[in-house]
Amino acid sequence: MPERDEPTGALVRPYAVTRGRTRPKLEIALEALVETTVRGRSGMMRGGQGGSEHQYIAEMCDGGRVQSLAEIAARMQLPLGVARVIVADMASDGLVAVYEPTSLDDETDAVGTELLERVLSGLRRL
Amino acid sequence: MSHRPSAGRVTSAKIVIAGGFGVGKTTLVGSVSEITPLTTEAIMTSAGVGVDDNRQVPGKMTTTVAMDFGRISIDRDLILYLFGTPGQTRFWFMWDELVRGAIGAVVMVDTRRLADCFAAIDFFEHRRLPYLIAINCFDGMQYHNAQDVRDALAISSDVPVVSCDARNRESTKNVLISLVEYVLTMRRTRAVAPA
Ligand SMILES: Nc1nc2c(ncn2[C@@H]2O[C@H](COP(=O)(O)OP(=O)(O)OP(=O)(O)O)[C@@H](O)[C@H]2O)c(=O)[nH]1
Ligand SMILES: [Mg+2]
Repeated sequence: MPERDEPTGALVRPYAVTRGRTRPKLEIALEALVETTVRGRSGMMRGGQGGSEHQYIAEMCDGGRVQSLAEIAARMQLPLGVARVIVADMASDGLVAVYEPTSLDDETDAVGTELLERVLSGLRRL
Repeated sequence: MSHRPSAGRVTSAKIVIAGGFGVGKTTLVGSVSEITPLTTEAIMTSAGVGVDDNRQVPGKMTTTVAMDFGRISIDRDLILYLFGTPGQTRFWFMWDELVRGAIGAVVMVDTRRLADCFAAIDFFEHRRLPYLIAINCFDGMQYHNAQDVRDALAISSDVPVVSCDARNRESTKNVLISLVEYVLTMRRTRAVAPA
C-alpha cells in the first residue's frame, strides 16, 4: 500500500497528464462505474490518441469488466481528481460509458428501495 | 472480475466504514471484499478549503488523504463498494464526497476508546446519513453490553448497536446486512408516514 504522509513535489506531476486541468468535464462519483465503449475499444486497437492513460483505462474497463472511478484511480496510482479529469475526457469523447450510482435521496422512490432490497439479498447470498 | 452481457443497466452503491484510528476499518473491508482492499488518494491544499478539484495548483502546499475500499459484486449488474474513511477526521472534504449517495455507514467502535468515534457520529447525524454502531470485539473483550455503549454514545434508541469480529467474513456480512435492513425499515416507515 503506498504511503504518502507528507506532501511532495511529486504530487504535482500527475496533473501534467491533464495538462494542468483540475476541473473535470463531468462530475463523476467515486463509485460510478466505467466501461469501455465499442469506440473506445477500436481506439485502443489503433493505438489511440490521448496518451497511455487512455489506453490503460480503456483496457482496464473492457470486456464487461466495469470498474469504479475509485478503482481506476487506485490501480493507476493517480490522485482521484486526476483520474476524474481523464475519465471525464474519455467519456466526452465517447471512449467510455459512465454509469452513475442509483440515487437514494428520495425515500419514497421505489427505484431506490428496490436497489436496497437487491443489496440485502445479495449480501445474504454471500 | 465479473463478465456481463450488455443487458440491463449496471449500477453501484456504497457503504461507508468509519471509526477511530486503528479500530479495524481496513480489516472489516478486507474480510468481505472480493478484491484486496485498494487505496485511493485525494489531494487538498494546506488552506483546508481546496478540495481535490479546481484549486489544486502547482506551488501551493498540498496534502493527500488516503481512503481504502473494497468491492462486492451483489449480482450481475450491481456492485457494492465499501469505503473506509480517512483516519484523521480533519479531512472533512473527503467525508463529504464519501457520504454523498451512500446507503449508510458502519461506525466501528473499540470500547476501550469510545470517544474516538464521536466525530464520525456527529458527522453522520448532521448529514442525516443512517448509521449503525459495530463494536469490534478485540481479543478478550467479547461481551459488551450494547446498552452501556448506547448510553455512553448518547445515540437514539433506534440506531442499531451490534458486535462484530472485523476479521471474520460472516460477522462482517452480518453487520452489513443489519445496516441495510435498518435503512430499509426507516425508509419504509418514512414512506408510509412522511415527516
Ligand atoms: N484481535 C483483533 N484484532 C483486530 C480486529 N480487527 C482489527 N484488528 C487488528 O487491529 C489492527 C488495526 O486494524 P485496521 O483494520 O488496520 O484498522 P483501521 O481502522 O483500518 O486503522 P487506520 O486505517 O490506521 O485508522 C490490525 O493489526 C488488525 O489486525 C479484531 O476484531 N480483533
Ligand atoms: Mg485503515
